Amino acid sequence: MSELEYKVIVGLEIHVQLATRTKMFCSCGLGFGGEANTRVCPVCIGMPGVLPVMNKQAFEYSVLAALALNCNIPSFTKWDRKSYYYPDLPKNYQISQYDLPMSEHGYIEIPLEDGTTKKIRILRAHLEEDAGKNTHTFGNFSAIDLNRTGTPLLEIVTEPDLSSGAEVKALAVELQRIVRYLGVSHGDMQKGHMRFEPNINLEIIKEGKAYRTPITEVKNLNSFRALEGSVKYETVRQLDEFMETGVTFGMGNKRTFGWDDVNECTVLQREKEEAHDYRYFPDPDLVPVEMNDEWLAEIKGQLCELPIQKQQRFVDEYKLSEYDAAVLTGDRATAEFFDGAVKLGADAKRVCNILTQTGLKMANEKGCSAAELGVSVENLATLAKMVDAGDINANAATKIFEEMTASDKGPAVLAGKLNLVQKSDAGEIEGFVDEVLGANAEAVAEAKSGSKKSKKAMGFLMGQVMQKSKGQANPQVVSQLLNKKLGESE
Amino acid sequence: MLELSCRQLRDDIAAGRVKSVDAVEAVFAQIEKHEQTIGAFVSTFKDIALEKARSVDAKIAAGEKVGLLAGVPVAIKDNMCTSFGATTCASKILENFHAPYDAGVVEKLNAADAVIVGKCNMDEFAMGSSTENSGLKQTVNPWDNSKVPGGSSGGSAAAVAGRMCFASLGSDTGGSIRQPASFCGVVGLKPTYGRVSRYGLVAYGSSLDQIGPFGRDVGDAALMMNVIAGHDERDSTSVGADIAPVADCLVDLDKPVEGLKIAVVPQFNAGASDEVQAAITAALEAYKGMGAEIVEIEMPHIDYAIAAYYVIATAEASSNLARYDGVHYGHRTADPKDYFEVYSKSRAEAFGDEVKRRIMLGTYVLSSGYYDAYYLKALKVRNLIRGDFTAAFEKADCIMMPVSPTTAFGIGEKTDDPMQMYLADIYTIAANLAGVPGVSVPCGFDSGNMPIGLQIFTPAFTEDKLLRIARMYEKEHQWHTKVP
Repeated sequence: MSELEYKVIVGLEIHVQLATRTKMFCSCGLGFGGEANTRVCPVCIGMPGVLPVMNKQAFEYSVLAALALNCNIPSFTKWDRKSYYYPDLPKNYQISQYDLPMSEHGYIEIPLEDGTTKKIRILRAHLEEDAGKNTHTFGNFSAIDLNRTGTPLLEIVTEPDLSSGAEVKALAVELQRIVRYLGVSHGDMQKGHMRFEPNINLEIIKEGKAYRTPITEVKNLNSFRALEGSVKYETVRQLDEFMETGVTFGMGNKRTFGWDDVNECTVLQREKEEAHDYRYFPDPDLVPVEMNDEWLAEIKGQLCELPIQKQQRFVDEYKLSEYDAAVLTGDRATAEFFDGAVKLGADAKRVCNILTQTGLKMANEKGCSAAELGVSVENLATLAKMVDAGDINANAATKIFEEMTASDKGPAVLAGKLNLVQKSDAGEIEGFVDEVLGANAEAVAEAKSGSKKSKKAMGFLMGQVMQKSKGQANPQVVSQLLNKKLGESE
Repeated sequence: MLELSCRQLRDDIAAGRVKSVDAVEAVFAQIEKHEQTIGAFVSTFKDIALEKARSVDAKIAAGEKVGLLAGVPVAIKDNMCTSFGATTCASKILENFHAPYDAGVVEKLNAADAVIVGKCNMDEFAMGSSTENSGLKQTVNPWDNSKVPGGSSGGSAAAVAGRMCFASLGSDTGGSIRQPASFCGVVGLKPTYGRVSRYGLVAYGSSLDQIGPFGRDVGDAALMMNVIAGHDERDSTSVGADIAPVADCLVDLDKPVEGLKIAVVPQFNAGASDEVQAAITAALEAYKGMGAEIVEIEMPHIDYAIAAYYVIATAEASSNLARYDGVHYGHRTADPKDYFEVYSKSRAEAFGDEVKRRIMLGTYVLSSGYYDAYYLKALKVRNLIRGDFTAAFEKADCIMMPVSPTTAFGIGEKTDDPMQMYLADIYTIAANLAGVPGVSVPCGFDSGNMPIGLQIFTPAFTEDKLLRIARMYEKEHQWHTKVP
């Protein structure tokens, strides 16, 4: 590879499918898969005479997402028709937004690997309807499934502020967290709820001069791996191409690539980006949307602490590690479950341990969030407090948490029922200690000897006492008593 | 029976004096007699109509409450979707298109217990002023079979004039109700944009299209209006009662408007033929005789109405008609070699010349580089024209002018000169751009015994007042009682 100095420049176009109950302009339900052309009606298949009616929920979801992306929400926005002929677009125009989008000029803050964050500017975000799907599995014929037609999409366009595959992936992950936190999208990549189209090129410094390579647009990426991989692959490909041909960015040499998931490389689809004339004009069937302060305030009221802010707060206030904070803020319900228990007075690190050691694992197995396992915030807090009070030990806490997911009993009751309450009563434990010391003269001698073996002997004696208490003695109390007794008998 | 008004017929049916079935039979007898010559219908539904009539008669016999049009045979333009029969828009591309749903107005007609007897011929996709652009058949004027019925709702007007139904619905994008009403000697009302649901009306120029009634007199138009007016949540551009409550057009219809002030645009009227001008002048004199005051005004931007209209309407049409591509429904070319040919050949084969002309014009004015010069400029002109109407209504209750510069012209007379045809829409088009209601009322005949129409405009959402003003004149002159 080259010795050339270069910078990667990436901007993203992102389509986020909104989690509304119905489609953008009709009352058909949203869904995934299913028999072709079953979630359709005259409106979404563009029958003669039908008219679109805006889904208010979709608009509000979009505003909510745009607010989370720090965008301006203009008081006036309108709908435009984008014309192009394609079989999966039954009206042969798409209802979209052109010159007056519902939001613009924001940014998204993404976490970087070094623990800092970076702001990526958002040019605009607008609302539009999705097209259907063409399939080519019927011999000489193509088939069209219009189930997806009319699904509400939020299109987000970033400025070209991203400078590596890792950053692009970080943005995607962060955006997924945000839309899931807000509940505006399921954010399921496999179901195409988030589709990415990176525009990639390089700035290369050669003999003190800067050159830009032609822009590559990679279509329709719907996995983090493909997204990161395409940027990495294009970086190398464009460097090689520049060295071989010296081709630089110019009018009309933007190219469209696809992503080959098997060979992990980009594949050229269209050589020259045709200058499409979409003949945008305002859709006369829809009225413009006017946003007033009252409505905006109502939507703002649905905003929540964003994941990256929550994550930072967990580090700053609760002294969690970056890693633990990231894990706990992966989804909003888990983060709030954790946060709730801490706010009830439980120790943050203790709650974190319980959740990371058992709650998240169980949630993962069941395909839900840790908050949905059936354990209340109050019981989680109590459980953590019991460990810190010495009532139970950490292992017992794990068992009790598991038990709580299938029981309506509280942790104290379950600890008793499972005989997991630690015995800290010195009187009762003293009896076990005396018994053990009396029966193990050799070990006692070794423990007292101060030799290399004394530590091991001490451990043995501890184990014996714990065994006698059926594991319920508080190890700290046992240790104290053992030390005291061994010291006394000297 | 065929000479009864809708109101009278409805009352007779509701009171059990007349059977709806007999009214429907009478209408079909008339259709069988004259349709061969007139060609008003693309399709008729005798069996469905009789079944509906029987059910209305049964309701009445059972003492049930019936609707405003109980048992009355009506017709609709073939660009309104019905769940029965085809909805063709008089185009080969939709010749066999069967809609899976009823238009909002069809639901309203059904709810009013009307009997739909047929769907009327029109200029293809409502593009035209003579119904000669129908891709399916020829409609002639019942007053003179060598003349056009006007258009684009020519079939709806001819069906009412020819007594082949008691009232009908048309659509008006640039005069398509008022002009054929004038040519056929019936009353035609274009309501305020947003007053009647467009849901199920196959779109031509969405921001201009409006459904409205044809009646043999003002009262029937008012009754039809009462049935079809109102908000429809499926049409975002239909206006709710919170902004403009729906007025009852019948209740005060016979009450003259006190101290009526009528605006006229003198230099503008000069473009009409002598006979038309004379009829309009006589009508104005009649109003004066009733105590009305005539105010002369200018509407400085109306000269640009036709130009603005042909930009806006065609732009919208080019997009609205993009869906007729042979992929999902409608005509598809045989043996296309690729999907591009599915589009290009299907459309080339099935659209008529006028439709193609307007699609091309509309595509052009929306193209990058031309948008600002044409489409955006046309929108500005449209705003100025709205302003002309607002200013006029500050000086007067209504504006009066001819509907068309001439009476019905001969079939084939203007088909080779589309510009000539476009220019004849000079008096009707501005109301669509401004969104205000307009009505055509018969106001005499020319020397060839062809009807002449007087056009009246009032401010938005004042159809009740508009029809009262029309009725004042109608009461004095019985032009509307003449039958072809």
